[in-house]
Amino acid sequence: MTTISWFESYWAGMKSEVGGKAASLGEMTGAGLPVPPGFAVTTSAYRRARDESDLDAHIARLLHGLDITDTDMVSERCAKIRQHIATMPIPEGIELQIRGAYLELGARFGMKDVPVAVRSSATSEDSPDASFAGEHDTYLWVRGAEDVIDAVRRCWASLFTDRATCYRVEMGYEHRSVEMCVVIQKMVHPKAAGVAFTLDPTNGDRSQVAIDAAWGFGEGVVAGEVTPDNYRVDKVMLDITKRIVSDKTHEYVLTDHDTVERVETTPERASAPCLTDNEIKAIARLAKTAERHYGCPQDIEWAVDVDLPEGDNIILLQSRPETVWSKKGPTTVVQPGQKTGDFMSSIVSTLMSPLYTKGPDGS
Amino acid sequence: MAGFPLPSEITTPPGAEGWQELYSYSSTCSPARAAYEDSMFWFQDGVHWPKALLPWDASLMEVAIMALSQYNTRHLLVPPANGIDYRIVNGYTYLSPVPAPEADIPARAEQFMQRAGHYFMNWNELYDNWLVKIRDLVKEMEGISFDPLPDVEPLEVVTSGAGRGAGGDLQANYLKLLTCASTLWQYHFEFLNLGYAAYLDFFGFCKTAFPGISDLAIAKMVAGVEVDLFRPDEELKRLARMAVDTGITDAFKLGDVEGTCEALRAKGEAGQAWISSFQQSAEPWFNFSTGSGFSSQDKIWIEHVEIPFDFIKGYIDNLQKGDDIARPTEAISAERDRIVGEYAALLASDEDREAFNGKLGLARVVFPYVENHNFYVEHWSHSVIWRKMKDLGGIFAKEGFLEDPEDIFFMKRHEVPDALFDLYSAWAAPAQPAGPHYWPPIIAKRKEIHAALNAWKPTPALGTPPEVVTEPFTIMLWGITSDSIASWLGGGASDDGSLGGMAASPGVEEGLARVIFGPDQINEVQEGEILVAPLTAPSWAPIFGKIKATVTDTGGMMSHAAIVCREYGLPAVTGTGFATSTIKTGQRIRVDGSNGKVTILD
Repeated sequence: MTTISWFESYWAGMKSEVGGKAASLGEMTGAGLPVPPGFAVTTSAYRRARDESDLDAHIARLLHGLDITDTDMVSERCAKIRQHIATMPIPEGIELQIRGAYLELGARFGMKDVPVAVRSSATSEDSPDASFAGEHDTYLWVRGAEDVIDAVRRCWASLFTDRATCYRVEMGYEHRSVEMCVVIQKMVHPKAAGVAFTLDPTNGDRSQVAIDAAWGFGEGVVAGEVTPDNYRVDKVMLDITKRIVSDKTHEYVLTDHDTVERVETTPERASAPCLTDNEIKAIARLAKTAERHYGCPQDIEWAVDVDLPEGDNIILLQSRPETVWSKKGPTTVVQPGQKTGDFMSSIVSTLMSPLYTKGPDGS
Repeated sequence: MAGFPLPSEITTPPGAEGWQELYSYSSTCSPARAAYEDSMFWFQDGVHWPKALLPWDASLMEVAIMALSQYNTRHLLVPPANGIDYRIVNGYTYLSPVPAPEADIPARAEQFMQRAGHYFMNWNELYDNWLVKIRDLVKEMEGISFDPLPDVEPLEVVTSGAGRGAGGDLQANYLKLLTCASTLWQYHFEFLNLGYAAYLDFFGFCKTAFPGISDLAIAKMVAGVEVDLFRPDEELKRLARMAVDTGITDAFKLGDVEGTCEALRAKGEAGQAWISSFQQSAEPWFNFSTGSGFSSQDKIWIEHVEIPFDFIKGYIDNLQKGDDIARPTEAISAERDRIVGEYAALLASDEDREAFNGKLGLARVVFPYVENHNFYVEHWSHSVIWRKMKDLGGIFAKEGFLEDPEDIFFMKRHEVPDALFDLYSAWAAPAQPAGPHYWPPIIAKRKEIHAALNAWKPTPALGTPPEVVTEPFTIMLWGITSDSIASWLGGGASDDGSLGGMAASPGVEEGLARVIFGPDQINEVQEGEILVAPLTAPSWAPIFGKIKATVTDTGGMMSHAAIVCREYGLPAVTGTGFATSTIKTGQRIRVDGSNGKVTILD
């Protein structure tokens, strides 16, 4: 089995090898939804490391006679297992491959020690990964191959959180039945970020994509504490139909020590549009692709990454179904029971109550 | 609500005193009708008549408006809209839509359904018949000859027993030309407003389903791929390609048409073949006016072959640089299908999709007329009318009535029969006609007055505007909306100093402005500039390939200029009212064709 699986070479048959999260990232990449670029260290790497360091026997010893109602005992023993995994040797071939892939990822953007997120992506036939979402570890702003290797081991170790371990014991599942894939993904470094709806949130118009955008990280937009620039793009024509540039008084930026900090913007920057027309259109295209992929109106988070070349720099951070208008149900033009074939009556009423006198907002 | 000056408040520009004498008594404002005139709202039609009318040219304006009114009011009974009243004010055309009485609307609607319904149900058949009718009419007009009166009638006139001669024919032929012009304009409006009505129905549906959809997107779904209005430009490209393919392009390096033709002939077969191919294209496709077709003064390609020659030269240059000048019809067609498919998929129900497809289908059936009639009527037929009138002018000039054949356009239409009578009876006697003493001073005075009228800047509207413009054809044909009226009242500039207009073709471009006032200045336009003009004509198409964007003073979303702009994918803002008087050549401007905004950046 392959050790490294790049998102772009993912196919459906690999799902069991990479776990839910990595599978979804691979699927999105394949569907033209540009998630932050990266690769997965597959479960086969975990299996080899586990088997070569005789982990099963060690775990069996440590969990022998475990009383899952004794939280102190659980906590102590699980910590020991995690400690063991976090320091166990990785077979040399595998470690070399992970280092190689990490270097290659950085080389794609001409970056040495590219900061990455290292995330757990567990697989198991019986317990869906989702049950323990958030239980497994995620490490952000990891830089350098050494730290990446370390973080991979700690992700593996997070299979043995207290809760997950107790769950398996209680259900009688083999600890071997869960395996861990680790996702390594470039940290997004946004020039600008924000949200987009694949409909006009003011009237439910599905021909429009509404974009809110501000400088830097998207936190301010999502939390509603920055008044973002607002753009409307026709989904079919991909024309910008509306643009309101707001006074973006502050932004969230990356500091030298890899933290995100809120800073005031200069007046010039505050009133300058934070996206170019090409970027606006690319975000609209991305939102449209997401809507098609998921088959219903979407509410997405996106970022424009400064490290990526123009044309590949729009990144999808999250896509979820739009809820407000989708709940209301579709607004049809033809009312139930109305005939659609009577074009003369329709032409007469068009001439009588002319909609074409209205502006683009229907105002 | 603030308003415009009342018709009765408009004063005569200096030097134009007595201007009313240039036009028919019924077309100007009069004290007896002042109360009515001051109570109405009038807007200036600069789309068709951007300059002060010449006396005879006013005939085609009057007959066109009359035919429009006739169809709305007497033939089809368009439910809310009667015809259009018009006045010539200081030489410019002002129009005022006449609403149908509220109480009549239900009964009219019933009649309209039956009458218009017949056209919609039988559109293709009726339109095919229209194409036959219009070609027959052109042939009939071409067949009208205005020949100088002979010294002696030919023998066969006598021996055939016809019993009448050239003098009477001259009078009859003039009346025949007037009758043809009237028929022409009735044909024009036989279909036009119905075409717009079906278009508006689809338009209204789209705006209900997708409030944010642009006018352009709707236009693109309906627009035809093969359009006769683009045919003259296609012929230019074809001729350019032929010159390149047959290796005769160096003949076009010579400056003038004559030199080029001589060089072509010297090239033997290939050159000859090109010349005869040009002649074939010219009839009818180069019966193409450089203006709206409504002015006898606009140049027509076939009479000024240097114009198509220059354009062909430009296309030859493009081809030699390796540019692809072909209209990508397959791509245009595929793009149209994509747009339709995507909007249809976004509709909320299958019933909506069915209605959408039905309305789109009807709009596409009617739209070829909307797109093509302009060539047949305003360009081809009018070209023939202007030519015939110049022939007639030639007869008057020969007899000393006029100094120049084209001076005939300074006569009013009903003065021509009087002058013909003078000429005819003097020829018959023979005796001295009064004309040579009577007309030259009148024409000279009228030229002075006309020049003074041309120097006047017409106010965009007169009287008190309606609170909301709802008259469908005012909006479609002239692009006049509540917004544009508000912008005129504000002097054109909005709060941020930008000019507002119709978002006629989307996109944003910045560049240097080139302000031109007519087709004679087309050659001044440089690669990459932004064209600013009172209006553009379809025949300016060849320069659309080199400009970045277009701004016009007048025009609506369906004006012929807007159709061409969209075809060329150029951002355009039309109907700004004040662009040519506000913007100067060389200024940096930004044209936002998506939002109908023009900003001067300097």
